[in-house]
Amino acid sequence: MKNPKPISLQASVTSALGTVVGLLVALVLMVALFSSLSQYFFTGDTFVTIANDIPAVAVTAVGMTFVLIIAGIDLSVGSVMALSAAAAGIAMLQWHWPLLPAMGLAMLTGLIVGAINGTVTVAWRLPSFIVTLGMLEVARGAAYIATDSRTQYIGSKIDWLGKPMLAGLSPAFFIALAIVVLAQIVLTRTVFGRCMIGIGTNEEAMRLAGVDPRPIKIAVFAIAGLLAGLGGVFLASRLEAADPNAGSGAELVVIASVVIGGTSLMGGRGSVVSTFFGVLVISVLEAGLAQIGASEPTKRIITGCVIIIAVVLDTLRERRKKRV
Amino acid sequence: MNVLLKGTGLGKRYATPVLADVDFELRAGEVLALTGENGAGKSTLSKIVAGLVEPSDGAMWLAGQPYQPSSRKHAERLGVRMVLQELSLVASLSVAENLLLDRLPSRAGFIRHDVLNREAALQMAMIGLQDIDPRLPVSALGVGHQQMVEIARSLVGECSLLILDEPTATLTSREIDHLFEQIARLKARGVGIVYISHRLDELQQIADRVMVLRDGRHIDTRPMRELTQSDIVQRMVGHDVHEGLDRERRPAGAVAMKVRGMSRGTVVRDASFSLHAGEVLGLAGLVGSGRTELLRLIYGADRKDSGDVLLGDSTTPAKIATPVQAVRAGIGLVTEDRKSQGLLLPLSIRINTTLAQLKTIARGGWLKRTDERREVERLRQLLRVRSDSIEQPVNQLSGGNQQKVVFARWLHRDCDVLLLDEPTRGVDIGARADIYAQMDRLAAAGKALLMVSSDLRELMSVCDRIAVMSAGRLVRIFERGEWTQQLLLEAAFSAYVATESADRAMAA
Repeated sequence: MKNPKPISLQASVTSALGTVVGLLVALVLMVALFSSLSQYFFTGDTFVTIANDIPAVAVTAVGMTFVLIIAGIDLSVGSVMALSAAAAGIAMLQWHWPLLPAMGLAMLTGLIVGAINGTVTVAWRLPSFIVTLGMLEVARGAAYIATDSRTQYIGSKIDWLGKPMLAGLSPAFFIALAIVVLAQIVLTRTVFGRCMIGIGTNEEAMRLAGVDPRPIKIAVFAIAGLLAGLGGVFLASRLEAADPNAGSGAELVVIASVVIGGTSLMGGRGSVVSTFFGVLVISVLEAGLAQIGASEPTKRIITGCVIIIAVVLDTLRERRKKRV
Repeated sequence: MNVLLKGTGLGKRYATPVLADVDFELRAGEVLALTGENGAGKSTLSKIVAGLVEPSDGAMWLAGQPYQPSSRKHAERLGVRMVLQELSLVASLSVAENLLLDRLPSRAGFIRHDVLNREAALQMAMIGLQDIDPRLPVSALGVGHQQMVEIARSLVGECSLLILDEPTATLTSREIDHLFEQIARLKARGVGIVYISHRLDELQQIADRVMVLRDGRHIDTRPMRELTQSDIVQRMVGHDVHEGLDRERRPAGAVAMKVRGMSRGTVVRDASFSLHAGEVLGLAGLVGSGRTELLRLIYGADRKDSGDVLLGDSTTPAKIATPVQAVRAGIGLVTEDRKSQGLLLPLSIRINTTLAQLKTIARGGWLKRTDERREVERLRQLLRVRSDSIEQPVNQLSGGNQQKVVFARWLHRDCDVLLLDEPTRGVDIGARADIYAQMDRLAAAGKALLMVSSDLRELMSVCDRIAVMSAGRLVRIFERGEWTQQLLLEAAFSAYVATESADRAMAA
C-alpha cells in the first residue's frame, strides 16, 4: 500500500480558497482603479453605502447558491422580493403589526412561494427554469394586487433595518453576514448540505444510493424563497416602502453574483462565502461606475463584460485543475 | 510485413507517470492485442497514438514519417482512428446522419436524404448490419447496435490504423462475429489494428501479436500463438490468478429474500426465486434477457406490474416501491453503470462512500467529520482502494478502484441483501480478485448476494447457484455441480426459441 499523501485534500482546499483569493484580488484592483479615477470613491461613505446596499441581494444570493448547487435555477426571486415586501407592508400599515412579525410574514410568504416552486418542479419533473419563470409572473402579479398597484409608503417603522447601527453598518448587513456564515456551515457540515451537493452532481446516483432527492429539492427551493422574502424586507427598508416594482430584474443580478462566486450552473459545486464575494464585486463595480460618472448604458455594458470575464476565468481555472 | 507505426520511449506524466519508456511497433495488416490491468497504461498509450493525449516523452513514426498528431482530427486526417469505449453518437439523429455527420451530402445547404441513406446503407452492409434501417434514430437502437454504428462511423473514409477499445463489451455474439469478419477484411486491406479487450479468448481468436503493459511499462510483446491465456494473465498481474473452479459450495443459511412473480411488461415475466443468507446466487442470461431489469424491480428503481419481495422469514411482502425503501429494508444495489448511476464522479472517495448511510456519521443532521474520515479510511484500506487519499475525486481512479468505492458504500451501509449488476465489468484482474474476496467475506458474514454477470466463467467460479434468465423469464436455477457452460447457455437461449416459434405461429 502506498503511503497516503493528502495531495487532493490540499488541492481542493486551495481551489476553494483560490476562488475567494481571486475575487479579493479583483476587489482590490477595482477599488484601486476607482480610487485613482475619482477622489470621492475611497471614502468611508462609499463603503458604508455599498455595505448597506448589499444585504438584499446577498441573502437572496445565498438561497440561489443552494438552488444552483442542486442544478436548479430560481428566476422568481425578484418577484418574490416584491411580494414579500408587500406582505410585510400590508401587515405593518393595515394590521399595524410591529416589524419583527411582519418580517416573519414576509419570509413565510417567500417560503410558501418557494415550496410551490419546488413541489411543482419535483412532482411533475419539470425544469425549474420553466416553473420559476411562471412564478416570476405570478408573484409579480400578486405583488401588484397586494399593493393595489401603488407604492405603499411604510416609513420609519421599517427603515432602521437599513440604517447604520455599528461602525456605519446596518442591522440588515449583520443579518446577511450571519446568514452567509450559517449557510456555508449548512452546506459543508450537515447531512442536508451533503445531499444537496450529491443531488447536483448526480441525482440518479443519489436515488439509487437510497437518498430520496425530492424532499431535499423542495426544501432548497423553499429556503431560496424564504431568503428572497427576507431580501424583500431589506429592499423595503432601503426604500422605506413596499413597491410592487421592487426587485424587478433582481434575479439576474443575483444569479450573476452567484456565478461570479464560482458556483457552477451545472450543479454540484459552489460556495456561499464565494457568493458573498461575488455580490461584493458587483456592488463595488456599480458604486464605482456611478462614482466616476459612467452613464447607465456604459454601466450595464461594463457590468455584463465583468460577469462574462469572471465566469471565463473560473471555468479556465476549473479545467486546469481537472487536467492536473 | 512492413512497419506501419513505430513508437520509441513513449511516456506520459500527469502528477505521477502513467506511462514510461514504451517502445512498440504495429505492422500493416496485423491485429495487435493491447492488454494489461486497468491503469496499466493501455488507454493512455492508445490515446497518444490517436492524438487525444500528447506524450510527455518519446517519438512516433507513421509509415516512416515522423508522426506527431496534434489532435484527434489531425490523427484522423492521417488515417489513424480510434473507437472509444464511450459512445459518441448523437442519439436524436438518424443512423445515417451519425455515420456521415462530418460529410453530410447536401445541395445548397439542404441535406440530400436519398444519397445520405444510400451511402449509409452501404457502410452498414460492410459490417454486416444491412438489416438496420439507416433512417432510424440512434436512440431507437440497442446499445450493441449503437456500438456497431460507432465502429462503422470510424470506417467511413481513409483509415490505415484503427484502435478498438473494448469494442465487444456490449455486443452479442452474432455482432461480434460480424465485427471480426470486418476486422479480417481490414487486415487484408493492410490496415493495422490495435485491439484492446479484457476478453482473452477473443484476443486469442483475433490477434496476431499480443502486447502486455503493467504499471505503465511495456512487459512483453509476442506472437499470440506462443502464449496461453494464463501466460498472458501472468504477465499482466505478475503472479498467478486462482480460478477457483473447484471451490466448495458455501453453507447456505435461512432464506434472506424471496421474490415472487416479479413482472414488468415483456421485460421481466413472472420471475420467482429464493435467496439464502450466506450464498452467492448468480443471474445469467443474454444481454437484454431482463437480468438488470429484475434487479431494478427488486430494488424499487423501476415500477413493477406485479410481484413482491419477502424479506427474512416474514410472510408479508415488504413495501419496496423506491430505492429509499429498499435501502431502508437492508437491500443494496451495485449498478451496472457505475459512472452514470453509481458514483458522484467529481466528488471524493469520502463523500461517495458514506452516501447511502449518513446517519451513522452524523448527529442531529450534523456530520461528524472525524468519524467519517476514520470510517472511510478503514474501508479504503480494507478494500485496498488504490488512491492518494480519501479526498481524491473518484473520477481520477481506475475502473477497478471506482468499483471498490461502490462496494465500500454498501459495506458502510451494512445491508443484508446485496444486488450486484456486472460488478467486475471494466475491472482489471487484480481488483477483480479483491472484489471476489470481498464477496466471499460478505457471504461468510451471512449476507445474501445476487450477482448478474455476462461472463459465465466468472459466475461458475464465484456462485453457489446460478439462475438463468431468458427472454424475461427465469427459466432454471442450477446448483453448483449441476451446471456446465453448455447447459447454462442452452437455458439462456431456451425462452427465445419458444417466443420466436410462438411469434411465427401467430404470424401463420
